[in-house]
Amino acid sequence: MLEVRDSHAYIGQTYVLKGVSLEVRHREIVALIGANGAGKTTTLSTISGLTRSRRGKILFRPDPDATQRDITRVPAEEIVSMGISHCPEGRQVFSDLNVWENLLIGAYLRKDKQAIQSDLQWVCELFPILGDRRRQSAGSLSGGEQMMLVIGRALMSRPRLLLLDEPSLGLAPMLVEVIFEMLEQINAQGTTILLVEQNARMALELAQRAYVMETGRVTLSGTGRELAENEEVRKAYLGAI
Amino acid sequence: MVGYIAQQLVNGLILGSMYALVAIGFTMIYGIIRLINFAHGDIVMIGAFVTLGLVISGQIPFPVIIILVILAGALMGIIIERAAFRPMRGAPQVTGFITSLAVSILLQNLGILLLTAQPRNFFCPDYLQTVFNLGSVSLRTIDLAIVVIAVVLMVFLVLLVRFTRLGMAMRATAENLKVALLMGININRIIMLAFAIGSGLAGVAGMMWGARYGQIDPLLGFVPGLKAFVAAVIGGVGSIPGAMLGGYLLGFAEVLFVGLLPPIYSSYRDAFVFIILILILLVLPTGLLGRKMEEGV
Repeated sequence: MLEVRDSHAYIGQTYVLKGVSLEVRHREIVALIGANGAGKTTTLSTISGLTRSRRGKILFRPDPDATQRDITRVPAEEIVSMGISHCPEGRQVFSDLNVWENLLIGAYLRKDKQAIQSDLQWVCELFPILGDRRRQSAGSLSGGEQMMLVIGRALMSRPRLLLLDEPSLGLAPMLVEVIFEMLEQINAQGTTILLVEQNARMALELAQRAYVMETGRVTLSGTGRELAENEEVRKAYLGAI
Repeated sequence: MVGYIAQQLVNGLILGSMYALVAIGFTMIYGIIRLINFAHGDIVMIGAFVTLGLVISGQIPFPVIIILVILAGALMGIIIERAAFRPMRGAPQVTGFITSLAVSILLQNLGILLLTAQPRNFFCPDYLQTVFNLGSVSLRTIDLAIVVIAVVLMVFLVLLVRFTRLGMAMRATAENLKVALLMGININRIIMLAFAIGSGLAGVAGMMWGARYGQIDPLLGFVPGLKAFVAAVIGGVGSIPGAMLGGYLLGFAEVLFVGLLPPIYSSYRDAFVFIILILILLVLPTGLLGRKMEEGV
């Protein structure tokens, strides 16, 4: 579905991605783990078009039978309409807008009014709290509710591929469980997920496959289980002694 | 005395309407791209001269003139954004600020070059000059028109921002440019629109300025620009209702200051305006309706 080939990117003057290659297959959950500053977030930004890679290619095929497109130089707003939705880190809801408007703006590029309505219903079934608070300003929600809103908003564009940046950041462990269960459910309903996480343990549990990044490169890859049992990974990211 | 105060309040309403219209553009542009646009006042000047040109050129009906002036202001705003501010996008805030000063100086000197620095008499069609009396308050038709047009435009703008898809996109963009981009919102179009709307309103304010004071010159934009800046800051920069509130408060405060204190103090009106600004900022650092300060993204 998605293929990143030897991507090199800079943030300002800093050389952040030094040749990242990875692949996401249809209906998978793929985790990207690694320490701070490894380039996980930047990898997501190059995919969604927020950051331009200097070298390398990013290829995307929304459905198995669709034609593959090179999205390396495609503007961010067009990438959204092709079916990639990026949830940036830090629960960035539009706090001046109410919950309903936040969800509607997720569907900003869509013209199919009826389908938007049914998707609103679907999101409210996934996260009933959002329906209950639809008239409330998003800024007044709790951290966990904001995270749900951010995911719901991303789903409103009907993405084929969902890019999630640290959904567990700053949430209570119980809430993280809830969110991860939701991700599993969303994935089961057909959305492919590429997940960046600091919480390596949970990410490796959830993901079918995972990549480990270190200072701008992918250093390890494998199935979630393989990596969870890997000695290096256990020492570096799972706190094993 | 009551009649005198009523008259002053009406004058404050008129002045406040003009300040509010200019302040809206100021606040919209700041709200979306964090640009303090000191060239905004010069759009007022352009609006005034375009109006004068249209009035002189013949029998164009007044409502048509209003629409043409709004369009001229909007067009000017779009041109300035494309030519001066878009190339500076992403540069530090100070760069944008200095660019706006440059644009301001350019517009003023272009005005002097093309129109000479000589103040010109501003004509209003006679039917707009008719004076009528409401009790002890006397008004010209144009004064009434200023207030009505300003209020209509502001209501229209608030409805647009509050209840339309476009308005929603504008609010989202103002809050978080990066995430708005991720929603598929065309940021460039929203920024252009903010310049167009803000400058259109400033253009109309120019028409009002000319009609109110009777004389215009290429440097007239400085004062309304500065006052609108103050009004926007008082209301809370970035907040459209704040800009309106700030504009009217400033209008009333200024007129009452001049009207109620002995005449020898009246030349201190601008000092007074800035004292109000300082006092409000001491108590409410983000203005009356401003949001809590956040880290720039």
